[in-house]
Amino acid sequence: MPMLLETKALTAFYGDFQALFGIDLSVADGETVAIIGANGAGKSTFLRALTGMRDTRGQTLRFAGHSIAGLAPERVHRMGLSMVPEGRRLFASLSVEENLLIGASGRRGGYWTLDTVLALFPALQERRHHGGAELSGGQQQMIAIGRALMSNPRLLLCDEISLGLAPKVVREIYAAIPMIRDQGTALVIIEQDIQQALKVADRVACFQEGRVTLQGAPADLSLAQIKDAYFGTETA
Amino acid sequence: MEILNLLIQGTLLGGLYALFAAGLALMFGVMRFINIAHGDFIVVAAYLLLVAVLTLGLPPLVGIGLVTALMAGSGYLGQRVLLNRVLGDDILPPVLVTFGLSIIVQNALMEGFSADSQRVPAGSFDTASLAIGSGIGIGLLPLAMFLAALGVLGVLHVVFFRTPLGRLLRATADDPQIVPLMGVNNAHTFALATAIASAVVAIAGTMLAMKTNFDPTVGPSRLLFAFEAVIIGGLGNIWGVLAGGIILGIAQAIGAQIDAGFQILAGHIAFLLVLAIRPRGLFAKS
Repeated sequence: MPMLLETKALTAFYGDFQALFGIDLSVADGETVAIIGANGAGKSTFLRALTGMRDTRGQTLRFAGHSIAGLAPERVHRMGLSMVPEGRRLFASLSVEENLLIGASGRRGGYWTLDTVLALFPALQERRHHGGAELSGGQQQMIAIGRALMSNPRLLLCDEISLGLAPKVVREIYAAIPMIRDQGTALVIIEQDIQQALKVADRVACFQEGRVTLQGAPADLSLAQIKDAYFGTETA
Repeated sequence: MEILNLLIQGTLLGGLYALFAAGLALMFGVMRFINIAHGDFIVVAAYLLLVAVLTLGLPPLVGIGLVTALMAGSGYLGQRVLLNRVLGDDILPPVLVTFGLSIIVQNALMEGFSADSQRVPAGSFDTASLAIGSGIGIGLLPLAMFLAALGVLGVLHVVFFRTPLGRLLRATADDPQIVPLMGVNNAHTFALATAIASAVVAIAGTMLAMKTNFDPTVGPSRLLFAFEAVIIGGLGNIWGVLAGGIILGIAQAIGAQIDAGFQILAGHIAFLLVLAIRPRGLFAKS
């Protein structure tokens, strides 16, 4: 079956510093893949490479049957790959509604509209005309996810969507994931909370120092294996 | 009565300064681009109107429309072809490139039009005035220019806060790195911002052409007035730019009343005072 996203031996550099050492990863249509790993493991760099925010010219990086290596972020986005960036990165001078609408700039047709996004996150409905920056961290994360959905992506990349949020809020955010999947959207979720990742994902990939050290379905992986891959320890 | 007259004349002059400043503020606001050639582009618009009216024989209003369209188009192309190449984290390359452009434009105008001072006649508008009360007359041309400035700033306000394009420009000003993740090509957005700024520059330049004498070297002093109006009003606020322009205009009018040679200096002093008391401007957004 052709994969929606496929990378082969993907590398990335920050100047002389190599951040990724040959990442092979694929995501099928409608699949949810969680990427786990410690800080500095290369998870965010991987997402940045996928979206065109890092230079990937000449590499093997395919999305929906086309090479996206070296493409500008806006072109990658228009092919159906959308991202919820780390730290949310909302537009501070725009209202909640405007933040969502700007996400539809490169819009493909589909289920997600302003109304359906507001229905997904009812907390945003009554505050839609407030400044995005005035809302709580959890609500800001909802805006960031909603903004990325507005283009009706085939693949949604979520970078650390639970970072810095209270457990109750994290549960609220993750409650939206099944509804996003129901629309046929594939997801790649970067998550430091291993339990959360195992719950939501069809497949887990563990990054360590720029390499994938473990991949598999949650049911096939033991906690000990994951810990080894995550921390780089060897359990006897 | 004299004070009232000064305030009125200064306010009317301030409208023109606000127009000088609006294009500059827009480009800096959206892409952190400081255009040193801004004043020279104003003068280019003045000469284009001169050609349209005196050489081609077009009515001034048609000429203004034509110059505005031409400047907006060239602004878009200039940003796409040249200026986008020097945009980046470093603020210096755009300054250097537009400094070079400023010199090129001044010399090209000198070559094409000579150093002679010129003016575009505005017909009967030139001298017509409204008498209000004893000793106070409002020139119709300055009044029309002030109203036009209000209109242009009003349109800018609507575009910025009520349209998808304005939303995009504000988002790009907030975080140009993230906007491409929404499927937006920054090069196009920047060029649209420059096109709008150039249209405003064109209107400002055509008004300058009808209001006063100009020659190829007056651009840098218009740039200075524009900078001062922006700084006085505070960045990021369209109506702050109008207030900045009016304060500058009134300061100059008062200065001129004290001594004819004191006009420009009085504007600079007002600017320095604001800079000393409120370095971010009077109406800056926090």
